[in-house]
Amino acid sequence: MADEATRKSVSEIPLLKTNSGPRDKELWVQRLREEYLALIKYVENNKAADNDWFRLESNKEGTRWFGKCWYIHELLKYEFDMEFDIPVTYPATAPEVAIPELDGKTAKMYRGGKICLTDHFKPLWARNVPKFGLAHLMALGLGPWLAVEIPDLIAKGIIQHKDQQNS
Amino acid sequence: MATVEELKLRIRELENELIKSKQKQSDAEHHLRPKIVKMSAEVVDSNPYSRLMALKRMGIVQDYEKIRSYAVAVVGVGGVGSVTAEMLTRCGIGKLLLFDYDKVELANMNRLFFQPHQAGLSKVEATHNYNITTIDNFTHFMDRISHGGLEEGKPVDLVLSCVDNFEARMAINTACNELGQIWMESGVSENAVSGHIQLIIPGETALLILTVYLLFLPYLLQRKAAERPKQEAVQEEEEEVVVHEDNEWGIELVSEVSEAELQDASGPVPDLPEGITVAYTIPEKDGGSGETVEETDQSLEELMAQMKKM
Repeated sequence: MADEATRKSVSEIPLLKTNSGPRDKELWVQRLREEYLALIKYVENNKAADNDWFRLESNKEGTRWFGKCWYIHELLKYEFDMEFDIPVTYPATAPEVAIPELDGKTAKMYRGGKICLTDHFKPLWARNVPKFGLAHLMALGLGPWLAVEIPDLIAKGIIQHKDQQNS
Repeated sequence: MATVEELKLRIRELENELIKSKQKQSDAEHHLRPKIVKMSAEVVDSNPYSRLMALKRMGIVQDYEKIRSYAVAVVGVGGVGSVTAEMLTRCGIGKLLLFDYDKVELANMNRLFFQPHQAGLSKVEATHNYNITTIDNFTHFMDRISHGGLEEGKPVDLVLSCVDNFEARMAINTACNELGQIWMESGVSENAVSGHIQLIIPGETALLILTVYLLFLPYLLQRKAAERPKQEAVQEEEEEVVVHEDNEWGIELVSEVSEAELQDASGPVPDLPEGITVAYTIPEKDGGSGETVEETDQSLEELMAQMKKM
C-alpha cells in the first residue's frame, strides 16, 4: 500500500505493546509512555534523515495533543498548527488530526479542520490495532495527506507562504 | 452623525417594535393546542392519534399509548437522525434526547428537517451539542443514557445511532455495551443507494465490532459492478500504465502493489455475494514483524520533557 521509502521509515518506528485507552487509568499511563518513546524515536529518525517535519506534545493526561507540522514546497517551508483529541475508544479508533487554519479549504475536510483519513489510513490502522500509535498516525496519516493536499492548495493559490502574506 | 434626539426617537421606536413582537409571540403560544391527556382511538379528523391508534385496533401493536412512556436517545441529527426524531415526535414518543455537535447548513437542506432560516444555528439548540467521542463528553453521554429516561434517574429505553463515522459508532457501542443498553445502529452508503439497520442487544445479538466487516459497502466496488458490461467490450484496448517521477509518500490511484502482496497483506475474506467486499479484514494473530518499543525506566514526565527539548 505504501512505497519503499514510506515502508522503510514506518518500519523504523517501534510498535506499541499496551492495548489501553484513556479510560484505563494505570494502563493508560503505560501506553502514554510507549507513545512518547515511539514518537521520540520517530523524530530522531527524521532528524537523521534530514526530514524533521513535525512536533507534538500533550496535556498532562495525554488526552489532548497539539503541535506543528511543516511542509517544504519549492524550497519554501510552510508551517501549520495541528491538534487532536484521543477518542474514548482509542486505540481501536484512530484520533482525527485537525489543522484548524485549513478548515474548509480542501474538498474533504470535517468540522474544525479535521483531515480526511478514511481511504488511505483507517483500514491500515484497523488491521494493526494496537501496535500502531501516534507516531504511525503521523507517518501514515498526516504525512501523506500533507504531501497530496499542500501542493494542490498552493497551486490553487488558497494558501500562501507567510513571507508573501506580509508583503 | 445622528443627533441625540434622533437616537432617542429611534430607541423608542425599537422598544415599541419589541413589545409588539413579544405580544405576537405570546399570542402564538396561546394558540398552541393544549396537551391531550389520553390518546383517543376515535377515527375523526380532529384526532391527531387516530391513524396511530388504528395500529392497535388492527392488532399490529398492543398498547400503543405506551409510546408516551418511552424515552429515546438519537445520536446524530443528520439525514437519518433528523427524520427519525421528527417521526418519533409525530408518533407521540415520550421523551427524545438529541446529540449532535454540528450546525445546520444550506448543504443540509436537501434532506434534513431544518429550514433555511435556521442555517447557522447548532443542530441541537439547548440540548446536547457536543462530540461524544472525547473523554469528557463521553462520561456525560453515558450518564444521560443511563439516567435520562422519562423518569429522571432511569435509563432511556432505546438508543438510535444515526452517526456517519466509525469512531462515533464505536463510542456508542462501548457505551451501550457497558450499560447493557439495547440500541439500533444505522448507516447509509456514500453513494446513497444503499443502507442498513441493525438491532443490537448486548449479551444476545452480535456486538457491532463483530459485524464491522460488512458495514461498509465500498463505493468503488459498486461502481465496478455497474461498469462491467462496458469493460468487456473494450478489453482489446491497451491499459495505460500510470507513471510518475517519484512518489515519496506512496500515493496511488491505481495500486502499485502486486496482487500477491495484497493477498498477503489482507486477512481471510469471507465468501460474499458479487459486488460486495470488505473494507477491513482481521489482522493476523501472530506477533508483528516490527520491533516494539524498548523497556525504559523513564517516567511519563521525563519523556514529556525529553520530547519538549527536541
